[in-house]
Amino acid sequence: MLESLVFYSLAAFILGFGVLVVTARNTVHCVLFLVANFLCVAVVYVMLAAEFLAVIQILVYAGGIVVLYLFVVMLVSLRRAPDTPPDTRRQSQLGFILSAVMLAEMSAILMYSAARPSSAVASAPAPAGGGNTEMIGMLLYSDYLVPFELASMLLLVAMVGAILLARKDV
Amino acid sequence: MIETYVLPVLKILVLLNAVLVSVTFMTLLERKVIAWVQVRLGPMRVGPHGALQPIADAIKLLLKEDITPARADRWVFTLAPIVSMVPALIAFAVIPFDRDVTFFGYRVPLFIADINVGLLYIVSVTAIGVYGIILAGYASNSKFPLLAGLRASAQLISYEIAITMMLVSIVIMAGTLSMVGIVDAQYRAGVWYVFLQPVAFVILFIGGLAETNRAPFDLPEAEQELTGGFHTEYSGMRFALFFLAEYANMIVVSAVAATLFFGGWLRPFPNVPALWLLGYVPGWVWFLLKTFVFLYIFIWIRATLPRYRYDQLMRLGWKVLIPLAIANLVVTAILKVLL
Repeated sequence: MLESLVFYSLAAFILGFGVLVVTARNTVHCVLFLVANFLCVAVVYVMLAAEFLAVIQILVYAGGIVVLYLFVVMLVSLRRAPDTPPDTRRQSQLGFILSAVMLAEMSAILMYSAARPSSAVASAPAPAGGGNTEMIGMLLYSDYLVPFELASMLLLVAMVGAILLARKDV
Repeated sequence: MIETYVLPVLKILVLLNAVLVSVTFMTLLERKVIAWVQVRLGPMRVGPHGALQPIADAIKLLLKEDITPARADRWVFTLAPIVSMVPALIAFAVIPFDRDVTFFGYRVPLFIADINVGLLYIVSVTAIGVYGIILAGYASNSKFPLLAGLRASAQLISYEIAITMMLVSIVIMAGTLSMVGIVDAQYRAGVWYVFLQPVAFVILFIGGLAETNRAPFDLPEAEQELTGGFHTEYSGMRFALFFLAEYANMIVVSAVAATLFFGGWLRPFPNVPALWLLGYVPGWVWFLLKTFVFLYIFIWIRATLPRYRYDQLMRLGWKVLIPLAIANLVVTAILKVLL
């Protein structure tokens, strides 16, 4: 009872902050609403007993990536409205297409997992000893080794690309 | 009932008040120590040897007019001091002062929470504190605070990388992220981690100076260049909140250094039975003593070293500390597998 109450109020906050991120006029305010949104998502992770994910959510997203957003927003100073207004009709069309794809993907995943109730997520055993930080470490280096290494390669390539773009004399 | 609700609330109340009082008196300590270094007396008028000076300062700041600049971003301007103060205070939730003490027949653990990801929690919560400075710089709508906000964000992100890398080698040594677990691991090893990880300790200390915006890395509030930096436009109690947050952050860094590298509540030489006399001093006294030594060194460094230039600061962070932290991590991992 209490848990669902907390969950639904959190969900309302997350949606509300999400809407504010795209509707706020001031870019810095948008970024701040994004931080609030991330913090609420971290609380949802805590409710799901995924404290490692919650802390990483705060550290990486709220503490790292959004600080960089703020840095860029302050550097380019968007206080003045751009001279040529962006083509809003084309943007909204694109937005509708993208959200339709997203909706289809999410409902496909939900229906797929509903059709197979005994999937891995539902029947995951309770953490035997140590809690989920150790579990995540074990899983990353055993069952999910290849995806993990691929993801780190991807990040490395992105980093090299960024350095290449920033250098003047290549 | 008492164990789940009353006790944690009591501990939070006691800890919050203790932190706020010690933060207030840190200002006096800072002024006194710097005065002694410069062969002055420091505050002497209010109370014996100026002992009541912080209280006089607090009353003055509370009574001062609270000004919001005309074209400031009003909401963000109000939010910024809160955002810098709150993370500094909630970071204390996982710092272990002692394992447990017996109190009216109850065995009370002297920490609020021993969570499984304690160290990561402190890192992430202090990362949120960066927003206070950046937002203060932005919301003041004035050029000096904006410059300070940009400096602060670049500085804090750079040094956060080195510190986090360094913490990984400590986690490899201890095999846990829990603060209590790390002290226990040092007890089992029979040696403080500062002797096993001296490089990591140096990185933590330099990074801690940079993360708390203390001299010689106090570029976000460089008086000579930025007229006070990010808090130029702040006055009254909101200005004081930034200062209190800085001192609270100093205490957090000192407490983390004492826990990770100097055995937290363990007495010196915890595995030498010949020094059993030291065991009569309670653990939390050892912990507070170690924390105090770090705070003193923080102030001492401020009184001794001149400020870094901005490019020197960035070079130290990216070209010295981060490679050093990565090398330390690799060496620690190899030794952990071999030994």
